[in-house]
Amino acid sequence: MLGLAVATTAAMQSCKMKTAATAVQGDAATKTYVAPGKYDEIYNFVSGGFNGQVSVYGLPSGRLLKVIPVFAVNPENGYGYSEETKAMLNTTNGLIPWDDQHHLDLSQTNGEQDGRWLFANANNTPRVARIDLTTFKTMEVLQIPNSAGNHSSPFITENTEYVVAGTRFSVPLGSEDVPISSFKDNFHSTASFISVDKNTGKMDIAFQIVLPGMNLDLSHAGKGPSHDWFFFSSYNTEQAYTLLEVNASQKDKDYIVAVNWKKAEEYAKAGKGKKVPASYAHNTYDEHTQSATSEIKNEVLLLDPKDCPDMIYMIPCPKSPHGCDIDPSGEYIVGSGKLAALIPVFSFSKMTGAIAGKQFEGDFKGIPIIKYEAALHGEVQKPGLGPLHTEFDGKGNAYTSMFLSSEVVKWSLKDLKVLDRVPTYYSVGHLMIPGGDTKKPGGKYLVAYNKITKDRFLPTGPELAQSAQLYDISGDKMQLLLDFPTFGEPHYAQACQASLIKDKQVKFYDINKNGHEYVTMGEKKANVVRKGNRVDIYMTAIRSHLVPDNIEGVFVGDEVYFHVTNLEQDWDIPHGFAIKNNPNAELLIMPGETVTLKFTPDKQGIYPFYCTDFCSALHQEMSGYLRVSPKGSNVPLKFGTGETVTSVAAK
Amino acid sequence: MKQVSLLTAVAATALLLYSCGSTPQQADTEKPATDNSMATTAPAAEAPAAASDDKGKGKFTSVTLTDPLDQAMITSGKSTYEVKCAACHKLSAEKLVGPGWKGVTERRKPEWIMNFITNTDEMIDKDPAAQAMLEECMVRMPNQHLTDDEARHLLEYMRDNDGKK
Repeated sequence: MLGLAVATTAAMQSCKMKTAATAVQGDAATKTYVAPGKYDEIYNFVSGGFNGQVSVYGLPSGRLLKVIPVFAVNPENGYGYSEETKAMLNTTNGLIPWDDQHHLDLSQTNGEQDGRWLFANANNTPRVARIDLTTFKTMEVLQIPNSAGNHSSPFITENTEYVVAGTRFSVPLGSEDVPISSFKDNFHSTASFISVDKNTGKMDIAFQIVLPGMNLDLSHAGKGPSHDWFFFSSYNTEQAYTLLEVNASQKDKDYIVAVNWKKAEEYAKAGKGKKVPASYAHNTYDEHTQSATSEIKNEVLLLDPKDCPDMIYMIPCPKSPHGCDIDPSGEYIVGSGKLAALIPVFSFSKMTGAIAGKQFEGDFKGIPIIKYEAALHGEVQKPGLGPLHTEFDGKGNAYTSMFLSSEVVKWSLKDLKVLDRVPTYYSVGHLMIPGGDTKKPGGKYLVAYNKITKDRFLPTGPELAQSAQLYDISGDKMQLLLDFPTFGEPHYAQACQASLIKDKQVKFYDINKNGHEYVTMGEKKANVVRKGNRVDIYMTAIRSHLVPDNIEGVFVGDEVYFHVTNLEQDWDIPHGFAIKNNPNAELLIMPGETVTLKFTPDKQGIYPFYCTDFCSALHQEMSGYLRVSPKGSNVPLKFGTGETVTSVAAK
Repeated sequence: MKQVSLLTAVAATALLLYSCGSTPQQADTEKPATDNSMATTAPAAEAPAAASDDKGKGKFTSVTLTDPLDQAMITSGKSTYEVKCAACHKLSAEKLVGPGWKGVTERRKPEWIMNFITNTDEMIDKDPAAQAMLEECMVRMPNQHLTDDEARHLLEYMRDNDGKK
């Protein structure tokens, strides 16, 4: 498969220049030009893949606006390093400073984006995060037990009732020590349904559905008539546990797993589930105390399909399906067999009819398999090679990314005819239309997130930025408008109109509402307190000085906590804080916020500290000194700002 | 050649946008009033006279003073001072980052003080006295987002500090 991809790329390259030239038309620049000082129309949230973060771009300009740290530490602002945020990355295996962030979903109400939260998944150590869109801050991280390779996540139901997490790498439940070769008997995948509080957004694992050992790949919720259902694509129903490249590609068809989550919810309420011990971390950030806490939970509710009839059905789907996408009406389920030469489109109404008429062709480990034809709306013939993902424009059209043939293909949901195709540079993975997985897609733009970049930008050695490409899809023909580089390796993305978010941004934190345990409410309260070998420094920052800025009486081996409160009350006036030789990170402290940096000096010396965020004309003056004396020496605790030998003598 | 024509297109677009002032596709994403707080300002005016009748720029055109001073307002003003102002302003006449407050209610009209507290950026950009102070202190006074009431209480605290009864 990799060999094929490389060969395709090589083939594309030889003729690429011509294609690229014809693909870009003269008015592309006017359609993407956003004048200085003007805003983009759209916020585009892009998964960071192996950088564990989420990037935010403006569309149509492709300008990078922000990188939100989610599953990766970020020394730039102290996320994962400050005392307040370490708990966000806590797991049952301690602080894990990295993950692989693949998919995003914006919260919805009635199937439409509501601009409240953004959900993100972590693949490697299964976790789901919630980001608040008034602060662009990660507010919650929930670990998922009984899972591995959390890939078909964090997709949501129509009213954000649930966020799902599905297992890509089946594992034994619990922590049994079993041979890998006992996969068929001992390994399971699980589909976790995480409830979301509709007011606070707080997440909680409501139940986990135990499924046979296989790889759940992607998922999407039904909508409208299919509201009660969730659909997961699966591969490796061969149950291979080695050389999957070959062994998981044996069968003609794997399955779309159709889960009636309403029914599952009823079963869970009716006590059909089994509570089992399971250890997982639930990390939440509290806006009032400005600190995160990590709670280790000990139990989870499992639902076994055997005890829960009519909850799950399998729909055969050709050749290791990847994308599993539901059209805006909720009637069509598009499975994209990544090794298939066609795209099957299933009909929800035919599926329910087939279930009612018991049109089954056996079962998969006890789960009924619906007859392929009985659920099939039709097949898109010869769409291209390597279909991966499909999004919709709300005008009856679907757009599918073709990894192998490096193109986006537009086709009609009604008659399944291919309407248009446009090249991508190169090997497109995910594609995204703003609102393209909701009831109300925006039919103006499409972005392709490509896996291979090659010669699209100025070369930067062996490692290149990933390329994204913006297309105008408002007309009959798709038109390439813009290439822009992205960070990490983007997978799925989301986008919404800027108006949904931009006017509710928090600009600074009200200092009077700061409930941090170590807040310093004004310079008068600045202090240094020693308890044993712990030294708490209550420090303030305002343009352009720190109080205290001279600290003495600290000894080698002390645990020094700098609790820095930014006293500013204006937008875009953060202060930074860093101290020499600290094997930690720096802090960025937003106006009205208190953040803590820990420093354990292991050598005697004078340690300068300073503001790292250029804040005023006298920013270079915003600094101070910590004197660290040998352990056991007789230096009294002393601190202040503005006191000099002469000023003290004058008193 | 493609590169050149594309560049020309961008330049032409820019010109077009400039001459039209706005572009239709931007209509729904217009920016709110521009924030000039960090932008270049007009050259500072002459240093003002020690006493000024100027009320400054902002919503306060007429402030009713209390007689005698309102003790509750003073207490509230003091607590605001300690959290939001004391980092830069001493109660004596001594300059720290900003000028000391001793005598400020003699130097400035009550309206000017309250406008400066609540409408800081426009005052620094446009008010000659405020601009002169910027030249002296070299740090723009931060807008600490005081409410109107907080600003009034602070004024009372300043009057108390100046020995008014």
